[in-house]
Amino acid sequence: MNRSIRRIAAVSCAGVLLGALAVHSQTPSAGPASTTTPPNSQNPATGRAGLNIVVLDPAHGGTDPGARGSAGIREADIVLELTAQVRHGLENQGFQVLQTRSSNENPSFDDRSALANAQTGAIFVSLHVSSTGLSGTVRAYTMADMPLSSTADGLIPWDQAQASYLPLSRKLGDAVQGELTQRFKGSPMNVQSAYVRQLRTTAAPAIAVELSSVAMGDKSDLDRMLPGVADAIVRGIVTFRPSYVTPAVPGNAPGAKP
Amino acid sequence: MTPKWRLGIAIGLVVAVLAAAIYFPILKRRVKKQAQVQQKSEEQARLELVQSLNAASNEPKVKAQLFWAADAGYSDLVANTVELPLSKDPVLRSKQVLNTLLAGPVDSELRTLPPEAALLAFYILPDGTAVADFSEAMANSIPSGVQSEQLAVDSIARTLEANVPQVRRLRILIHGQAVETLAGHLDLTGTFPVSTKPVPPAPAPAGVPTTK
Repeated sequence: MNRSIRRIAAVSCAGVLLGALAVHSQTPSAGPASTTTPPNSQNPATGRAGLNIVVLDPAHGGTDPGARGSAGIREADIVLELTAQVRHGLENQGFQVLQTRSSNENPSFDDRSALANAQTGAIFVSLHVSSTGLSGTVRAYTMADMPLSSTADGLIPWDQAQASYLPLSRKLGDAVQGELTQRFKGSPMNVQSAYVRQLRTTAAPAIAVELSSVAMGDKSDLDRMLPGVADAIVRGIVTFRPSYVTPAVPGNAPGAKP
Repeated sequence: MTPKWRLGIAIGLVVAVLAAAIYFPILKRRVKKQAQVQQKSEEQARLELVQSLNAASNEPKVKAQLFWAADAGYSDLVANTVELPLSKDPVLRSKQVLNTLLAGPVDSELRTLPPEAALLAFYILPDGTAVADFSEAMANSIPSGVQSEQLAVDSIARTLEANVPQVRRLRILIHGQAVETLAGHLDLTGTFPVSTKPVPPAPAPAGVPTTK
């Protein structure tokens, strides 16, 4: 009798432990991509409300290599390298940085958006490398115009999450593109708009940055671009920072400061 | 194991090997044939579109505007004027201009859509939403990237806007299916705006759904 009770207790404990481990691994803040501070906590380095968190999104990964060049360059690998450099620069500026992935995995579009949507005072930057375009140029994109609608109870549909953040996204995009244009001649002067799937479901100021391109004959040419791109993104975000204010009412998009 | 059993197993194995030797070449032929049939159906779709183009050859030639890349850097689109015997029916007219767009410009570096892609079906809903169904090559062979995918959709939307005033917005399907993105970047779950201009009182009837 005693032995069977002990056996049941042991099995139960093991079950609880396994369950806890499973839940822990599902939580974005517990994954290797997140920083050690809790996602919603205010960054002690900045010590003020407003923009504190930057969610970096290295596109593709896992079974999806993204754009591929003839020299064996894979978009999924390059953007991971770029993310590490941007992260370093942002942390030096006192930002808390979260990543949608930090290894060769491929979270869904919605999972990537969900990580940003769960934060307060965050922006979202998706990183890409194209397979076409003028080599050595970089473009920042915001989501193209989309209808702004909400349900009767004031909730914003998931697939229109970006709509109310578009003005702030454009401001962020222009700040980043301005820095990129100074470093990479031939890049456009202003942020471009496109129907980027990843941006549509993101409830935060959100941009995509795309380097041209994997068609470069030598990977080292692309590698040489990365520090400049990372620095431009960091400077653009720092320039944008005073424009961002934390939403006064939960669920409302933050407005740009006059 | 008795020698009788051993003999039985050996015979069984020999029969299995012989059966496999006969069956595998047949299986290989069948797989090859199936692949050819699939290829044919896409080619057939392309042929039908070319025929529809020829069917309207009695129509007087008009100046159609087609949008291809302005340069090899894919920086923007530029309008190219081409004389085509365009039908007055908006569905047929749309198929004609999209087929010409797919055929590409003289300079292949300026094409916005992959040469392997075919328009499988096209129809216009009563509210002016055009539904264009492309073969899988449209998604598989297009250069991956925000810039190239947006340019491809823009070239379709602007070509329709310039030549088919009845089209208000565009929905893109791949092989009859609604897909999340074109090639990993551009959102295909919604519609793309084509025109907000008032529809002219066209004599052509509203398009009805057509099949392959």
